[in-house]
Amino acid sequence: MDGIYLDNNATTRVDDAVLEAMLPYFTEQFGNPSSMHSFGNKVGLAIKKARLQVQDLLGAEHDSEIIFTSCGTESDSTALLSAIKSNPKKKEIITTSIEHPAVLTLCANLEKEGYKVHTLKVDEKGRLDLDAYARLLSDRVAVVSVMWANNETGTFFPVLEMAEMAHAAGVLFHTDAVQAVGKVPIDLKTSKIDMLSLSGHKLHAPKGIGVLYLRRGVRFRPLLRGGHQERGRRAGTENTASIVGLGKACELAQAAMHHENTEVRRLRDKLEAGILARVPRAFPTGDVTNRLPNTSNIAFEFIEGEAILLLLNKFGIAASSGSACTSGSLEPSHVMRAMGIPYTAAHGTIRFSLSRYTTEAEIDRVIQVTPEIIAQLRKLSPYWGKTGPATEPEKAFAPVYA
Amino acid sequence: MWDYSEKVKEHFFSPRNAGALDDANAVGDVGSLNCGDALRLMLKVDPDTETIQDASFQTFGCGSAIASSSALTEIIKGMTLDDALKVSNQDIADYLDGLPPEKMHCSVMGREALHAAVANYRGEEWRDDHEEGALICKCFAIDAVLIEETVRANNLSSVEDVINYTKAGGGCSSCHEGIEEILVKVLAERGETFNPHTVEIKEEAKPAKLTNLQRIKRIETVLEAMRPQLQRDHGDIELVDVDGKTLYVNMTGACSGCQMEALTLQGIQQKLMEDLGEFVKIVPSRAGSLSRAASQP
Ligand SMILES: Cc1ncc(COP(=O)(O)O)c(C=O)c1O
Ligand code: FES
Repeated sequence: MDGIYLDNNATTRVDDAVLEAMLPYFTEQFGNPSSMHSFGNKVGLAIKKARLQVQDLLGAEHDSEIIFTSCGTESDSTALLSAIKSNPKKKEIITTSIEHPAVLTLCANLEKEGYKVHTLKVDEKGRLDLDAYARLLSDRVAVVSVMWANNETGTFFPVLEMAEMAHAAGVLFHTDAVQAVGKVPIDLKTSKIDMLSLSGHKLHAPKGIGVLYLRRGVRFRPLLRGGHQERGRRAGTENTASIVGLGKACELAQAAMHHENTEVRRLRDKLEAGILARVPRAFPTGDVTNRLPNTSNIAFEFIEGEAILLLLNKFGIAASSGSACTSGSLEPSHVMRAMGIPYTAAHGTIRFSLSRYTTEAEIDRVIQVTPEIIAQLRKLSPYWGKTGPATEPEKAFAPVYA
Repeated sequence: MWDYSEKVKEHFFSPRNAGALDDANAVGDVGSLNCGDALRLMLKVDPDTETIQDASFQTFGCGSAIASSSALTEIIKGMTLDDALKVSNQDIADYLDGLPPEKMHCSVMGREALHAAVANYRGEEWRDDHEEGALICKCFAIDAVLIEETVRANNLSSVEDVINYTKAGGGCSSCHEGIEEILVKVLAERGETFNPHTVEIKEEAKPAKLTNLQRIKRIETVLEAMRPQLQRDHGDIELVDVDGKTLYVNMTGACSGCQMEALTLQGIQQKLMEDLGEFVKIVPSRAGSLSRAASQP
């Protein structure tokens, strides 16, 4: 077996059928969709088809509500900056403490420019307090941005309900659905969501293509101005091959939706139960009863995540970690900290994220290998005694804090 | 994934001296749980000679923290305590053929554990004095705390100042926004406002790594600049070979073999070190010098 890829929340492989759909658009179908001649015309039609495929997966009412962008991050930035620009008198933003940096870093920057950013806290399972949210909604708020599913734990936020609440208060609602699109059914036309971001490379389309869904009638200010592409809402010659690929990927995701929520879920549950049964002092993070079908995030106490990843990698297993060391920052993942996971466990969190390509044999292998790796690293840990955690680990080893 | 050297990987996958040392008489515990590193260093010291007879470690940390701990125990075994105290974090990093900038703090932790262990052995109180902030400049591995303290202590007010005092910002310049934010904050404390302007980086302070060719060209440029002065004294210099940190040169004419040679070389060496931003040693290529000297009328 060569390589077990369980890092599909980071990025996915391009589906063979997606690649095949894309290839002609690099060669014979190279025309500019804006051109009048037949070279461009066919490409224009292909983009139209892709837009319908995306519309279908999102359950959007109109295909003109789909704006192609360069990535999830661009969609997030476009949504938030458009909302504040088109509501110049409103100086507040509501978001959550566990959003992706694509939203949080932007909000931190807007804060410097004088915006008041309300960051909703989460409880130990990564859940929001909707009463606290309700109290913040007012006519001073330009936009609410809340992710559909968290990239680290997979936990869902109740975005449909939150969008209703925002709508009732006359506030724009944006959701970063980068992790949710393609994994769970979405029907935007029956929701009150105004804007939604998605990213191609999370659903087996290539990297560097994204979509901003913009409900018809919502006031909008483009991020990139220039030509009339995307009806003037996102200037710049279209990334035609990737748009075609994303369309195909949406069609495939729709077809695999049942598989994702039955078979992939079963394998994820087997993996999680298998590891937890064999490894002491390990627990799943997030709200395990309400999360993406493909994600399992497990905290292994008293060891550090990067070390786990390096050893997993030696066995050909790819996953990711919320430890500080993997990101080059000094603190473990903001998601784990927001949930109040203690540092001795937060640094040892490992995210396994499956896809429709994951096989039973792969899961069995990971269940077999992981306990050995954990035991090996715990032998090196000053918090771990000969057979289990040092009695009162925090006291047995209390380093001078640097 | 990090760009770890083979040596780092090797020490991570098969760490030396891992585990508790039962008859240790010097123990140093250091680390910071929020940044995910904690290290216990255990030494067995011979009380008569103060030599480290055995060393072992336990580490809660990432790949490079484990590798740094392993390297440290290998380096200090057999050393006297005084010699061991001279081991710097750079020595640990060098032993591992380098660490990524984000990971330099792992080697710092090793050195601190050593100081803590020695203090423990000698019955002294060890106080940790280093504080670490978010990494700002990746080119030179410089964190926010260091920049902030330097700005405060020296009344700095521009990005150029920060480059000159800390090197931070003198490479690719991607970190200038971060440096400006620190300046804004510290200047506000002094009641001043930060005055932004475009930064001109005269000469890259020291790019992460010169290629061999770039490095040789750089050396040639420095020598070229010094040549007129030497020629005024009827001498000359030429680069013969470069072998790592050792530069072989040929001194000719009046310079060759004269008493001034050593002094002149020292001056040139100094200049080269400043320009290259690294230690180099100039060695006269004797063979060359002598044959030239002999052929002089
Ligand atoms: C929740 C979420 N939002 C946004 C992004 C950014 O998407 P992109 O990489 O396409 O910019 C990601 C990807 O990591 C994500 O997981
Ligand atoms: S990151 Fe600071 S100069 Fe490159």
